Amino acid sequence: MILALVCVPLVAGLIAFGWRSDAGRRMLLVLSALVHLGLTAACWIELPAPMWEGWLKLDSLGLLFLSITSVLFLASSIYCLGYLGKEHGVSHIDFEEHLFFSNEPEAVFTGCLLLFLASMTLVTVSQHFGLLWVGIEATTLASAPLIYFHRQHRSLEATWKYLLICSVGIALALLGNILLAVAATGTGTTSSSLVLSELLIVKMGHVSWLKASFLFFLVGYGTKMGLAPMHTWLPDAHSESPSLVSALLSGALLNCAFLGILRAHQVCAAAGEAPFSQGLLLFFGLLSMGVAAIFIIAQADYKRMLAYSSVEHMGILAIGVGLGGAGALGAALHAVNHSFTKAMLFLVAGNVLATFGTKSICDVRGVLKVIPWSGVLWLAGFLAITGTPPFGPFLSEFTILKAALDNDRGWVAGIYLLFLAIIFVGMANSVLVMTQGPVTGTVRPDPRREGWWSILPPLGLSVVVLTLGLYIPPRLGRLLEETQQILSPTVAAQPPKVAQQVRPLR
Amino acid sequence: MDFAVELILVFVLLTDMTLLGTGRLATSIWLSAVQGMALGVLPLLVAEHEITLRLVVFAAVVFTLKGIVFPRLLSRAARMADVKHEVEPIVGYSASILIGLVIVILSAWVGAAFPLPIAHLPVSPVLLPTALATILSGLFLIVSRRTALTQVVGYLVLENGIYILGAALAQEEPFLVEMGVLLDVFVAVFVMGIAIFHISREFDHIDVDQLTSLKD
Repeated sequence: MILALVCVPLVAGLIAFGWRSDAGRRMLLVLSALVHLGLTAACWIELPAPMWEGWLKLDSLGLLFLSITSVLFLASSIYCLGYLGKEHGVSHIDFEEHLFFSNEPEAVFTGCLLLFLASMTLVTVSQHFGLLWVGIEATTLASAPLIYFHRQHRSLEATWKYLLICSVGIALALLGNILLAVAATGTGTTSSSLVLSELLIVKMGHVSWLKASFLFFLVGYGTKMGLAPMHTWLPDAHSESPSLVSALLSGALLNCAFLGILRAHQVCAAAGEAPFSQGLLLFFGLLSMGVAAIFIIAQADYKRMLAYSSVEHMGILAIGVGLGGAGALGAALHAVNHSFTKAMLFLVAGNVLATFGTKSICDVRGVLKVIPWSGVLWLAGFLAITGTPPFGPFLSEFTILKAALDNDRGWVAGIYLLFLAIIFVGMANSVLVMTQGPVTGTVRPDPRREGWWSILPPLGLSVVVLTLGLYIPPRLGRLLEETQQILSPTVAAQPPKVAQQVRPLR
Repeated sequence: MDFAVELILVFVLLTDMTLLGTGRLATSIWLSAVQGMALGVLPLLVAEHEITLRLVVFAAVVFTLKGIVFPRLLSRAARMADVKHEVEPIVGYSASILIGLVIVILSAWVGAAFPLPIAHLPVSPVLLPTALATILSGLFLIVSRRTALTQVVGYLVLENGIYILGAALAQEEPFLVEMGVLLDVFVAVFVMGIAIFHISREFDHIDVDQLTSLKD
């Protein structure tokens, strides 16, 4: 079962590289996405049995992230049908500099998409830290050609930055693996297995080495996840890649990197070092929100604006886990909400880009008039991503806020609210201006570029986001509670709060 | 055996320093190749018990990849991009060597301050400082050089440093994972090589300083 999850997209991807027929390849893409989603749905009914001595195992946390990935991949692959139809042809004119460029061969693009899905699936099912590392590095390599779909110099620059920065980051995480192996080596035993279930029960011989290893995991996988200040590759890659790839990068890939950090956090928490890892997560989370807030105000490019919004939401996820308890539950729910909302926004941004032919916020006016469907979705997506009720992100952001207040972390709650407010104003400023008003003279929008293939996937995602804000299915609720148990195991592990609060009287 | 291990480690340190001081791309690639070959031999010498077939296969794969395949890929990229020399590094060569010395001293200090907490493994005291120094020189090469190719060499040196630590400490590391890591690094170098080729075609050079159209 688990093997099938990884192998279906892997084999399909390898076939896609060699398949001549465009139509056949596109069918293969959607078909494997459907099969993958079907297999994932089967896992919801009953978790598959562990394999390879517990190396491959799907736990609640993995299942949550796997489901997000699978749903997003299906949405993107349907969008891809329309996109590849439009992009078909030999040469294109660059929107920004009016130079000619050609696209990557479609077979390479489709093949890499499927390999990308296979590697992300591997990340969600692996319980062995070494295998997890192999999976995360593989996601970088499979997605680099996707960013370079449009063969022009800006996407090449983005690809190079992505490749180099993420590879170096992930190399540091490999160092984290080695340090973890050292930390787990007890005083007597020689074997140091890196399987998660064993690391959770083993007595850590060297706690300071464990802390060092968590730092390397946080910086290494944090680079991939887009935590500030290691996020520099992210806006470039997200803005230059095709919109469906941006949707996958933002909605699925960042979560996978976060999963790497969460696994290390699990080990820390089991060793009684939760305050250390939570403190670091809180710090980087708040920093990411702050950096995102600064860059979202007065952002001139709407795809970059969405990319910085991803940095912000990765920060929110880190804060949620950093708070622990109900905050971890909020973070798990927020991962779902953010992924769906952001993927939908990127897909709609792709429609806007295709119609207006510019990524500049100043030049796009009257989206609601020219392409009403995308205009409404763009507005709805903006309201959802900034945490406005009744959409899902409101619920999860509120849960995290409440966790901060319940934890007596008033200052965290204050800064969190401040950044959310700044980002709301910043995004509102751009999005509202884009949707309203008459079309200006300089750009000539082409509404024929909006087809049903490009409306249905974001529409479906937005319905899901809206539903999640109003009603959480019981099965999902149970899964979220299980992830909370995984992420912040017991309340007893934390030092008693009362003892900390009492200060000596003077 | 210990003497041989330390000889190799000192050799690796020397290649690090030479890499920091050289501007010819062919020399850089060649240096990374010899460093890789030396590291391929390392796991055979570190093992305190008998040499198993698994270990020999692993060493052979490392030797071939790091010592022969990667340099070949890089030389091909250099030929296609038609570059021979590093252009105006951000930090000059003599300054780089001085910084390299600082890195070595720092690593020696860290190695002495935080001894590896593994009593049952007889690890040479030079090992941790060498690994650290190699990791840091790799990082320094990446940030201080402008040519995309030298940055890839820096990435390889960084990987080599991590590999030194791994080979000595995580001997129980399963075969599959080690192979997976090597496969990933191989594909990374391969993809980077392709990217370098495209950069040279698109920009007529591989000076990454010119990659500045994306910023805020």
